[in-house]
This record gives sequence, C-alpha cells and structure tokens, in this order.
Amino acid sequence: MSRRVRTTAFWLAAAAFAVIFTLACTGLPHFGTTLHPYGSRAVAASVRQHTANVVSSVNFDQRALDTLGEESILFGAVLGSVVLLRRARDEDRAAPQPRPVLPSTLLLGAGLLPVTVLVGGYVVAHGQLSPGGGFQGGVMLATGLHLAYVAADYRVLRRVRPLAVFAALDAVGAGAFTALGFAGLVAGAAYLENVLPLGTFNQLASGGLVPLVNAAVGVEVASGVIVLVAQFLDQAVEIDEPRHHGAGAGAGGGKDGDR
Amino acid sequence: MSTPTAASDFLVAAALVLVVAAATAAALTRDPVRQSVVLSALGFCLALLFLVVQAPDVALSQLAVGSAITPLLVLLTVRKVRRRPRDDGPAGEGPAGEGPAAADPPGSGGRGSRR
Amino acid sequence: MSILPFLAAGWIFLIGVYGMVTSRNLVHAVGCLAVAQTSTYVLLLGIGYRRGGTAPVFSDIPVGTAVVDPVVQALVLTDVVVGATVTALLLSLVIQIRKRTGTVDPEALTDLKG
Repeated sequence: MSRRVRTTAFWLAAAAFAVIFTLACTGLPHFGTTLHPYGSRAVAASVRQHTANVVSSVNFDQRALDTLGEESILFGAVLGSVVLLRRARDEDRAAPQPRPVLPSTLLLGAGLLPVTVLVGGYVVAHGQLSPGGGFQGGVMLATGLHLAYVAADYRVLRRVRPLAVFAALDAVGAGAFTALGFAGLVAGAAYLENVLPLGTFNQLASGGLVPLVNAAVGVEVASGVIVLVAQFLDQAVEIDEPRHHGAGAGAGGGKDGDR
Repeated sequence: MSTPTAASDFLVAAALVLVVAAATAAALTRDPVRQSVVLSALGFCLALLFLVVQAPDVALSQLAVGSAITPLLVLLTVRKVRRRPRDDGPAGEGPAGEGPAAADPPGSGGRGSRR
Repeated sequence: MSILPFLAAGWIFLIGVYGMVTSRNLVHAVGCLAVAQTSTYVLLLGIGYRRGGTAPVFSDIPVGTAVVDPVVQALVLTDVVVGATVTALLLSLVIQIRKRTGTVDPEALTDLKG
C-alpha cells in the first residue's frame, strides 16, 4: 500500500469513526451520572467480603478469573520479550565501562533506593485497605531497584539484581495465583472463589483471599518488570551486534547469504 | 451542593484539556527521544486526571507505568536501534564526529545505505 | 460537559492512530500506539465517574457514601499494566526488526524475508 492510499484510507476511516463514535456517545449515560448499576453491586459485594478497597476487591476477588487471564498476558509478554531479546549466537557481550557518577546523584540514589523499595512493599501489602496493590506496588519495587543503576553503574545493578532469581520469582508469582484458585475447589466452591476467613473490615488481615492473590500479583509484576527492563538494558548497554549490520555499503548482499 | 460539583467539574475539564494537549503533542512528535519525554508528561497529566475523577488506584499505577517504565523502554530501544557495531568505530556515539552515527539522520535508521 | 470527556477520548484515539499511520519510525509508531491506548482509560473512567462521588475506598469514609464506579477502575488498572508489557513486547520486536533488516522505517520494510 502506497503512502497516499494509506493516508486516504485513514482519513476516510477517521471521518466514519468520528461520526459514529459521536453518535454513540450521545447515547451513553451522561458524564457524572448517579446511576451505576455494576458499581453499586460491586460496592455491596466488597463490603460483604470485608474488603475496604473496592477496586482491589473487584480485581482479586469478584473478577479474579479475569485478573488471572490478565496476569497470563503479562507473563506471556515478559516471556516473549525475553525470547526475542536473548543474545543471538553471533552477538558478543561487551562489559560497559564504568563512568564517574556525581556524588550528589550517588547520595540521592543510595538514599532513595531503600525508601522506594519500602514504599513499594507497603503499597503491595495494603492493597486491600488503601489505594494501591500488587500492580502499583510491584512496579514501584521494580523501579526502585533500578535506582542502583542511576546512582552507581551497571555492574552494581547486576549485583543487586540476580536475574535468574527474579525470572524464577516471576513464574512463582504466576503459579501461586493459579494455585490459590484451587483453595475454592478444595472447599467445595468455585475456582478462585473467596472461601478463606474474611477477617475484620479495615484490618490488614481482611478480605480473605484478596491479600494473598494481591501478594502473588505483586511478586509477579515486580519480577516481571525487573526481567523486562533487564532485557532492554542488556540490549542497549551490553550486547554488540556483529559487524555486517553496520552502515557498510557492501553489507546488504552478504547479509542475505548468511541467513 | 452545586458549588463543589462545579469546582470538581472545572478540575476535570482542566485535566482533560491537559491530557488532550499532551496526547496530541506525543503523537505528533516524530523523534522517538523527544516523544518519550512527551509520553512521560502525558503519563503525568493522565495521573492528574485520574486523581480528579476519584481513581487513586489507577493514578498510582499510571504514574509508575506511564511516566517511568514506558518512556524508559522507549529510550532504551532508541539507544539500541541507533547503536552501531563496535568494530566500525568507537563504542557509543562519542565525540568522534565522523562516526557512522553522525552520518545517519535520526529516524531513518540507516535506510539510505541499504536500498 | 455531558459528553465532552467521551469526545476527548475519541480525539486521543484518532490522533494516536494518525501518528501510527504517518509514522516513519517503528519506535515512534509504538509510542503512538501507547497514546491511542490511553484513550480507553479516559473513556472508561469518564463512564464510571459520578458527580459528588469519592474514591471507592472505604478505609476512612463510612460505608454507604456515594462513590464512583469501581468496576471500570479495576478494568483500567489492569489495562495500564498490560499496556506497558505489550508495549515492551512490541519494542523488542522493533529491536529484532532492526537486527534482521537494518532499518526501523516501515516504508523500507516492503519485501518479505524468510
């Protein structure tokens, strides 16, 4: 498809989309409506299950099976990236040269790293009570760990981040979520049904299955993001491409013969 | 009842304007490096919008993912894509001006030498 | 104001797709896809908003207070995280394309290679 055909096709589709979407919007309930049938039911169910944060209750209890599917997407995407970005046979690894770091950066990074990791853990642990949970806290934990790269250099990051451990933890998190679902089956209820003791409303140990699934998701998201960023960092910092992909003029013909 | 409602409506509208402006800028920024910065700003504006529509869970998630992880991955990809093999010159785009990195306009990715 | 947030979501979607269609760099196209995806967040949260409602977290407000719709928030929450990992998967595909063909310009990727 040539560039002009493609642009024309886009404008036609965009015009059609704009008209139909606007018409559809006029049929939606108004912005800020007080009528939320699903919302009211979710709130009632959440209070019944002693979970103060309704969003966590929806994610990890009422719609836990959907979240399991969503976790599988995450797991699959991380796995796909690892497979795509692994070091090819004809690439070599070059250790990056250490670079001087500003003392202020070092101080800030070294000070912020434990704080960020602590806050991340707190956010994961309090997912059933306050805004936060496995997804947000997991990403925070993963980001916090990479402050080691900002504050020091790549070799320090490699030392605080044993990649094999985190790759295994990613699988453990995904597996734990799946295994937790069987608690319902053992108790004679449905898969992933919340059958554990519900605890006291607004206490750390409340919501039954919610904190456990939440923790499993936290482990999976944190280690998944760490593994993901590690693959990209490896590619960007360490792995060198072989010569024939360079801008050399005669490279094109030789390359096709290689494959 | 009407005054706080109007005030929150105003906040939502202001945040929406910010988000729409940031999204438009992000889509129209052609250089991936600059785009990653605008994407980060978009993530921040979105977190602001989510906060005023009473979605703190989502705001937290968006702040961590949209303004940190996604731009970081885009930047790392750009660095990888623009990197040249070590044998062809000094590693990285150093001050050596005649390296192949300088001869290649950003975004075209070495197309000219190939076709 | 009654349908304005929905229209804003439509605009964000269209501008993201426009960026993808006219893109000359696959990394930029992936960034535009991320932009287009944010329209779903705006649309869903716009539908779930309730005037005068607070956040659906009952740890410091009495049970029974009017809250915004938590179901769409849960949807958007998972959407955000999945969106990031899918972006990462696409970016690693871009790196592979660069390795195999030496270019990230979609216009230059005309012939299929086995």
